[in-house]
Amino acid sequence: MAVCIAVIAKENYPLYIRSTPTENELKFHYMVHTSLDVVDEKISAMGKALVDQRELYLGLLYPTEDYKVYGYVTNSKVKFVMVVDSSNTALRDNEIRSVSAGDWRTTPGWWMFRKLHNSYTDVMCNPFYNPGDRIQSRAFDNMVMSMMIQVC
Amino acid sequence: MEGLTLSDAEQKYYSDLFSYCDIESTKKVVINGRVLELFRAAQLHNDVVLQIMELCGAKRLGYFGRSQFYIALKLVAVAQSGFPLRVESINTVKDLPLPRFVASKNEQESRHAASYSSDSENQGSYSGVIPPPPGRGQVKKGSLSHDTVQPRTSADPQEPVSPVVSPQQSPPTSPHTWRKHNRHPSGGNSERPLAGPGPFWSPFGEAQSGSSAGDAVWSGHSPPPPQENWVSFADTPPTSTLLTMHPASVQDQTTVRTVASATTANEIRRQSSSYDDPWKITDEQRQYYVNQFKTIQPDLNGFIPGSAAKEFFTKSKLPILELSHIWELSDFDKDGALTLDEFCAAFHLVVARKNGYDLPEKLPESLMPKLIDLEDSADVGDQQSEVGYSGSPAEAPPSKSPSMPSLNQTWPELNQSSEDTAIVHPVPIRMTPSKIHMQEMELKRTGSDHTNPTSPLLVKPSDLSEENKINSSVKFASGNTVADGYSSSDSFTSDPEQIGSNVTRQRSHSGTSPDNTAPPPPPPRPQPSHSRSSSLDMNRTFAVTTGQQQAGVVAHPPAVPPRPQPSQAPGPIVHRPVDADGLITHTSTSPQQIPEQPNFADFSQFEVFAASNVNEEQDDDAEKHPEVLPVEKTSDPASSLRVAKTDSKIEEKTAASAPANVSKGTTPLAPPPKPVRRRLKSEDELRPEVDEHTQKTGVLAAVLASQPSIPRSVGKDKKAIQASIRRNKETNTVLARLNSELQQQLKDVLEERISLEVQLEQLRPFSHL
Repeated sequence: MAVCIAVIAKENYPLYIRSTPTENELKFHYMVHTSLDVVDEKISAMGKALVDQRELYLGLLYPTEDYKVYGYVTNSKVKFVMVVDSSNTALRDNEIRSVSAGDWRTTPGWWMFRKLHNSYTDVMCNPFYNPGDRIQSRAFDNMVMSMMIQVC
Repeated sequence: MEGLTLSDAEQKYYSDLFSYCDIESTKKVVINGRVLELFRAAQLHNDVVLQIMELCGAKRLGYFGRSQFYIALKLVAVAQSGFPLRVESINTVKDLPLPRFVASKNEQESRHAASYSSDSENQGSYSGVIPPPPGRGQVKKGSLSHDTVQPRTSADPQEPVSPVVSPQQSPPTSPHTWRKHNRHPSGGNSERPLAGPGPFWSPFGEAQSGSSAGDAVWSGHSPPPPQENWVSFADTPPTSTLLTMHPASVQDQTTVRTVASATTANEIRRQSSSYDDPWKITDEQRQYYVNQFKTIQPDLNGFIPGSAAKEFFTKSKLPILELSHIWELSDFDKDGALTLDEFCAAFHLVVARKNGYDLPEKLPESLMPKLIDLEDSADVGDQQSEVGYSGSPAEAPPSKSPSMPSLNQTWPELNQSSEDTAIVHPVPIRMTPSKIHMQEMELKRTGSDHTNPTSPLLVKPSDLSEENKINSSVKFASGNTVADGYSSSDSFTSDPEQIGSNVTRQRSHSGTSPDNTAPPPPPPRPQPSHSRSSSLDMNRTFAVTTGQQQAGVVAHPPAVPPRPQPSQAPGPIVHRPVDADGLITHTSTSPQQIPEQPNFADFSQFEVFAASNVNEEQDDDAEKHPEVLPVEKTSDPASSLRVAKTDSKIEEKTAASAPANVSKGTTPLAPPPKPVRRRLKSEDELRPEVDEHTQKTGVLAAVLASQPSIPRSVGKDKKAIQASIRRNKETNTVLARLNSELQQQLKDVLEERISLEVQLEQLRPFSHL
């Protein structure tokens, strides 16, 4: 389902980007890049000092005819961008999430980002990882690949 | 050629011979190769041989294919049996003995025999029939016995005996795995297999005693990767240990350096079964790891922070990416720090990597750290292989989620802390100060080494509860009258300033915290005098009974101990004898007590006593005293005063114990002993914890705790006893209230903690998605 997953650093350079190999990866790179503008727009719109968990998940950034792009930003302004196929409706729940307070956790999109966030945290915890380097962790890789395959 | 039907024995024999002859493993047999020699060994006439060759079609084909070879062998048998060589005779001749070939070399024979030892059916027939080695002596009989018939192109001259005995000599496990990793160091002088596989070699050898699979493995496997220093970056690696473990294997490796051949099924099987073995940590290794751990973190149960670990492992000069991967594998609970088990696993992986092993994708079972810190102590030493091949089962279960260790760590702490806070239960102690009390306290102080001021107090409750141990807590409990209580309490320890501060603190607290107001003021005594009288009685009682009680205990007012104050000063206050000043301040500060306690005058007297007595006293109850003192002080003001001090801890204890007391409905003095004891030991523990909880019960607990120390008065004064009983009951009620409030607070805090942990758990499961 998720055809492309990307981790963007605070300075808006990619730390990690992975697409399903069948697709034209460059296209996804462009999509992710353009979605950064939307992410920044949403971040600035928040403007709150206190950012609670819910706000980390930005939800649908913008849809195209083929794909939908979802965003998630961490407290350290590290952004996770996920491109999913429009034909896959599993992530539509994220719209529902905003409706009811208690359901936001149940949206699969949110959970996927949580997984990403957790894996990213694990990468950060690795003392051998210098923040700002490209993420080369095999565990992170495996998790992302599983997400891309599973979501399909 | 018609089809050739062979019996089983023939089939086997022929296949062996074929493999023997097929030195090039080309599935064809060169006509000029060993086949000729073989046939010559059949002791047949050359013409016969030629005829056989012609018949089998080798001549036609130019080479001996398997079928041709088989036919030829059959014809040899036919010829040896004396039958005329005909094509038809191949199948027509029944019960043809197997062709015999004279062995030209004994070794071959023996080898052959040995290799065929397992082949029971062929035993007899093969004993004397061994194809002569083609003079090369390279034949590995083991291969002949191989079902798969793996021909060995042993280019290197090898000891014919070596294959047979290689399984015992060589470390089968490590080579397997090493070959798996495709590490074939060109040189092999310094090869040392990882110590890990060492222990398993003997089992391997035994398992392969009969089979020649070992031969196959051996001949084929590549020598283990070089291990010049399996710990090169650290201190002197224990290569010596490794060396000693496998001296024979080293030699074998150098000698059995054969070109890798296809791995046989056995090899593969062995590899898979022993794959975990290379990851096992031997004792020497583990000891070395532990020593290294100690250099970074002396506490074996502690953690190595990530930065320290990074520095340490960077010394290994492995690429950062690999170190990063090793870290990911070994930091099992993902906390950014390494426990001893995690460190050993990481170290082992580093060593393996430096020796050429590829890093696994996931942590091998034998390296998995024992999860759940609760079990750490028991499992630290279990990482070594417990069973030969099987991975250590204890370490195997990664069933525990990674989040559990952290949670489990917190839960025990929770329990401990709750226990600590729950131990003390308040002991109702009368705190009615009075002249007599003071006198008693003085007496007690002088006399007993127990809690000074609380001695009278203690006596009282002791009378009631027949417990002698209550010390200062007793005083507190009985110190209904603030003045008395304080005087008594002061008498035994706290500094006047401290007391004053305590008092002030209490007051302040009373205003602020709801709990402060919770403890209702001690039920108005019918008359101060009344209490006084009772206290007098008690004093008398105490005086009589307390040979040991200190005068300081005089202040035995059964007043309800005031709410414990969170900020109660720790022991120092307690330990110091109360000064008169403190007493005065206390008395003055407690409005409630003043009216209730016309004993203030007594206090002054008491102060005198206290001063005199306090100085004399130094006892173990010093701890109790401080507790008692504050307790007294707090109890006196009851609602208004809060003794903030270490007593807060005591209070906690009392709080915890108060409900117990109340619930139990035991004599008020029954619990005192417990709080005392607990207070003593928990004082230090509770000190840091106190702040959170209201100290109200702490003080009470202190007071109550001191009660048990009061020596029992043997019913000297019934009246006094009854009065004290009454007072104690009053104190009880107040304490119970205090306790309930504290309990509620405790519950709230625990609930908060639980909710936080639940939240944490909720986040954790995401990793399972």
